[in-house]
Amino acid sequence: MATGAPAADLPPAPRPEGPARTRGDRLRPLATALAFLAPAIVLLGVWIVYPTVWTIIRSFFDRAGDAFVGWDNYKEIFENDALLKSVENNLIWVAIVPALVTALGLIFAVLTERIAWGTGFKLVVFMPIAISLFAAGISWRIMLDIDPERGAVNAAIGQVADAINEPGPLTGAKPSGAEVVQSGGAIALKDPVQPGQTALLGLTAIRATEVPDDARQAGRPRALPDGITGVVWRDFKPGGGKPGVVERGETGLPGVTVELRTPEGDSRSVKTADDGTFAFEDLPPGDYRLGIGSSTFQQGFDGVSWLGSSLVVISCIIAYVWVWAGFAMVVIAAGLAALPRDLLEAARTDGANEWQVFRRITVPLLAPVLTVVFITMLINVLKVFDIVLAVAPASVQDDAAVIALSMWRVAFTGQGDFGLGSAIAVLLFVLVVPVLVLNIRRFRREV
Amino acid sequence: MTTATAPPPASTTEGPAREGLGARIVGVLTKAPLQVVLIIIALIWLVPTIGLFMTSLLSAEDAGSNGWWRIFSEPSLATFDNYQSIFENDDITSSLWTTLIIAVGGTVLPIFVGALAAYAFAWLEFPGRDWVFIAVIALLVVPVQMALIPMFSLYNDLGIFDTSLSLILFHTAFGLPFAIFLLRNFFIGIPRELLEAARLDGASEWRIFMRVVLPLGLPAIAALAVFQFIWTWNDLIVALTLARDTQPITVAIFSQLRQFGSNIDLIAPASFVSMAIPLVLFFAFQRYFVQGLLAGAVK
Repeated sequence: MATGAPAADLPPAPRPEGPARTRGDRLRPLATALAFLAPAIVLLGVWIVYPTVWTIIRSFFDRAGDAFVGWDNYKEIFENDALLKSVENNLIWVAIVPALVTALGLIFAVLTERIAWGTGFKLVVFMPIAISLFAAGISWRIMLDIDPERGAVNAAIGQVADAINEPGPLTGAKPSGAEVVQSGGAIALKDPVQPGQTALLGLTAIRATEVPDDARQAGRPRALPDGITGVVWRDFKPGGGKPGVVERGETGLPGVTVELRTPEGDSRSVKTADDGTFAFEDLPPGDYRLGIGSSTFQQGFDGVSWLGSSLVVISCIIAYVWVWAGFAMVVIAAGLAALPRDLLEAARTDGANEWQVFRRITVPLLAPVLTVVFITMLINVLKVFDIVLAVAPASVQDDAAVIALSMWRVAFTGQGDFGLGSAIAVLLFVLVVPVLVLNIRRFRREV
Repeated sequence: MTTATAPPPASTTEGPAREGLGARIVGVLTKAPLQVVLIIIALIWLVPTIGLFMTSLLSAEDAGSNGWWRIFSEPSLATFDNYQSIFENDDITSSLWTTLIIAVGGTVLPIFVGALAAYAFAWLEFPGRDWVFIAVIALLVVPVQMALIPMFSLYNDLGIFDTSLSLILFHTAFGLPFAIFLLRNFFIGIPRELLEAARLDGASEWRIFMRVVLPLGLPAIAALAVFQFIWTWNDLIVALTLARDTQPITVAIFSQLRQFGSNIDLIAPASFVSMAIPLVLFFAFQRYFVQGLLAGAVK
């Protein structure tokens, strides 16, 4: 600190004598303070205080700002379906996110406390806080693609779903011709068959990719005196063809399991040959039922519509929680580190198990920190904007809208309604005022 | 511990030593499920970012028909062509510059202006000081939405709509309450004797601020700088509303979103680039970042 030298080039002003001195002395510190405060006061005044007052006043005027409309804009928020929807959506956010984020943060903080690589874990979970909510939203939009071939979440769900419910070889097939009907998931002959007859099980709407490579021209089944023969084939050829008739150019479907129910109620099954034909032999006379079981047509998992209108709010919330859980974890971990160790140890030596220590000591002691996290998230959630814009495709943005997004859309896209937009902004502001009061109390204690 | 330090033949310590080892194995085993759970959680947290990066390596055509995880089995699908084309795309490169200018301006200005005010609140005497301070802190909770419409009109009237400076000033004002709060609380911890000594030597308040307070306040300033830079860099709503052609990277990507599927070869790499700088800063200065966050878990 070179404090000696400066004194030389900047001599302190000589103190004036007499009564003038006291007045100057009183004013000079005020002037200095003002000089230091002026830039901040101008910026805060012009960019925050003035707009706040202006927006409140503007919210009582119409779209063009000419006519005073009283509370009409505020009424409009709760009468307009789209705006009401965004208020409801925001309530869902408020109900889920602050509690969920705080809980996850607490769980992560406690779990990692005594793990050697806890710091690494924290870094990974905390990382999303550094990236923009917008980019985070885009990452999740890619994750949540409906097609299990592209969206990682649906791909993972698909792995499990298809293992439980194995998709059949012919997922989209429909019956073809008047003889064949679909019942339940199965496709069967409408009428019973007797030995000596042949059965034609025509199918259409089969995807080209599902026709096996070894499929050949469909065969015409030859009748057996004491058996039932038939063919399963793709009753379709370029140009259409006649339904229910095996024609040249139509392929048989090999490897399809055909089921037969005997008059006694037993069932037998056989697989079709390369040309689609099959045969049940040695059958006593009687009425038999023939068909292809539903497992052949079992649909594969085709993806949860995460970005569709019914789930898009949940999807945005998932992305948002992914971003903020790390914040909660870090703040809570800092609180955890500050807890008195000996108190916890004393409880443990007294025979309390880990759960009791957590429930009866850790959580109550952490309550102030948990409250800070919860309230911070409450404010954040009320103002949520970017992530909805990124996650929700344009077509479902009405279903995903939240208050801040509606405010922006009403004021700056299409409608350009500054009156209504101002009212929505004021609503947002009013919702965070209780938090403001809480915060001021906290700061006053700290000041 | 004992097993490592005690030599094998020490028969008397064998019992307790074995117990220690056994207890340790039990400890590891009971912790094993916890470790597995944590590893799974960590992986889940990594996947979206990895997925975005891998998607950015696929051509538009491949991205349309394949999941990004295909790259693991078919590494030949990966290509840096997308990155080459976005860095040759003038819209993207100029938006990166714009982002940088706004973020630097939106960091330096609020910190300097905030430090001036914080010094006044911490060390200068004036009537109503604490009340003014509380009023400034109260502004923390005013959502930017309250200022969008009036500033949109004002910027248009003044003819400064769609300029980097007008965006910087907006970010400065909204960054100030937090900056003042954080710096004031830090400055107040500077030993009074240091300031008194400087005053006795006849240094002006300005000189004390520049020579004593700012250097001593560097840790807090660094924390704030990392925080504010990332905050401003990541902004979408302010630039989206108060600018048209002055597009930071978030807005540039936003303008491509309507063709999400077909433009994924631009959206994914541009998003990843937009994340890269905050991430580098985050990993380099995470201590400061955490400090800034903890100091005012309020913003």
